[in-house]
Amino acid sequence: MTTVIPFGPQHPVLPEPVSLKLEIDNDVVVGVLPSLGYVHRGLEKFIDTKDYNQTMYICERICGICSGIHGITYSRAVEKLFDVEVPERAQYLRVINSELCRIHSHLLWLGLFADGFGFESLFYECWKYREDVLDLLERFTGNRVIHSMSKVGGASRDLTKEQIDQILKTLDDLEPKVKNIEKVFVNNYTVKKRLVGLGVMSKQLAYEAGTAGPTLRGSGNAIDVRNTADWDIYRDLGFKPAVAKEGDCYGRTKVRIDEIYESIKLVRNAISKLPNGEIETRVKGFPTGEAVMRAEQPRGEVVYYVKGKGTKNLERLKVRTPTFANIPSLLLMLPGVKLADVPIVVLTIDPCISCTER
Amino acid sequence: MSLAKSPWIIHVNVNSCNGCDIEVVACLTPLYDAERFGVLNIGTPKQADIMVVTGSVNYKSVNVLKNIYNQIPDPKVVLAVGACASTGGIFHDCYNVIGGVDQVIPVDAYVPGCCPRPEAILDGVVAALSILEEKKKGNIKGKEVKLKGNEVPSNA
Repeated sequence: MTTVIPFGPQHPVLPEPVSLKLEIDNDVVVGVLPSLGYVHRGLEKFIDTKDYNQTMYICERICGICSGIHGITYSRAVEKLFDVEVPERAQYLRVINSELCRIHSHLLWLGLFADGFGFESLFYECWKYREDVLDLLERFTGNRVIHSMSKVGGASRDLTKEQIDQILKTLDDLEPKVKNIEKVFVNNYTVKKRLVGLGVMSKQLAYEAGTAGPTLRGSGNAIDVRNTADWDIYRDLGFKPAVAKEGDCYGRTKVRIDEIYESIKLVRNAISKLPNGEIETRVKGFPTGEAVMRAEQPRGEVVYYVKGKGTKNLERLKVRTPTFANIPSLLLMLPGVKLADVPIVVLTIDPCISCTER
Repeated sequence: MSLAKSPWIIHVNVNSCNGCDIEVVACLTPLYDAERFGVLNIGTPKQADIMVVTGSVNYKSVNVLKNIYNQIPDPKVVLAVGACASTGGIFHDCYNVIGGVDQVIPVDAYVPGCCPRPEAILDGVVAALSILEEKKKGNIKGKEVKLKGNEVPSNA
């Protein structure tokens, strides 16, 4: 006989409201039914009343954790409509902002994840190191969480020499700290006991289920939009996607830790290659036509579709976010998992509900 | 006495963009360390004294919010964190958004900002503490908020 147990919308492990109805048979999950809509605001309709420059600020508030990358991707999509070339310095500034965002997001996730399996001191450790990155972002953009660094046509803030030195110094300090927490996540006996072999997805299944980001790469698929999309900068900076073969919660954790190192490397390379010059191109007129833009968020691939009709506001904005692609994988991973392990499996897709529901 | 020296908070995200939520959690972590005020983040409303709400209220989350509010024992204090929780913020015009948290439950203190800095949130929690003390003395009871069925947006 099965019992139905509600998981969420208010749950101690989840910072965000998502509701899963879990069908339980003898403490083992046999069926999952997700219910969404607790964070739906209706932003895609809301942009009807805003002009295309203001829409950037709406897009940044789709999600507070990956806000910088949302803003940058929207700006790049509208620039594609206008067919303007953004100065190279602005593009490098965008890469630096994106990668700093990714470092802070992954450290945040590692902390919440440690809290999820009850390792409180590790949670505090991760969040302490994350504050260093937030300080950098605050110096660079003026705010800790919502950055508004990008705008249609370029970047709104430039990096000074002192800020660059500060970034390099902080990253040098951060790397050994990340090595410390990596040791615990990868080698610790109790952590491995909770993570290894849990929520397994094979390489083929992860690909066919259409997952994105570390969920996809944790199963051995070396697919990363930074490598495949039409933004050449990442290839110039020597980007390599982080991949783990395991396909379980342990593999997905390892991918995210490796991505922190990769992002630190990318920021360093971007700073060493940072060209001089303008940071902004003036964009005139109203957008017409349609464009699609892809980018890699900390949680996976985000796709922006914009359509202009020759007026100051866009006719249509459509965002496809990574968690939307990853939630179906929960339906594949959760059956067969014990009830006590459900929070861990749910957390390993790094659910960002406010992205998904907008 | 223990109530004023060690209030337990429950963090409720009703319709937030995550920005305020991560700042609320950042308050509890070593750099800002709300635990030095005795504050502890607790999962269940039945043990909580201060309700920290982030995000504007929408038509689906309104009943979740009311439900959690009713479960917190008296005396209780509600702290609205962020521009959205205070007034609806940047989203106040959206079709699915009712408005600030005070449209649904009584709010005692507001922390403005998008997102508010952790220092500001801590300041709000300390302000809420004194209100909690007053409420304890005056023995003021929280208003019972009635749950309605699924509320349908008026402009839908």
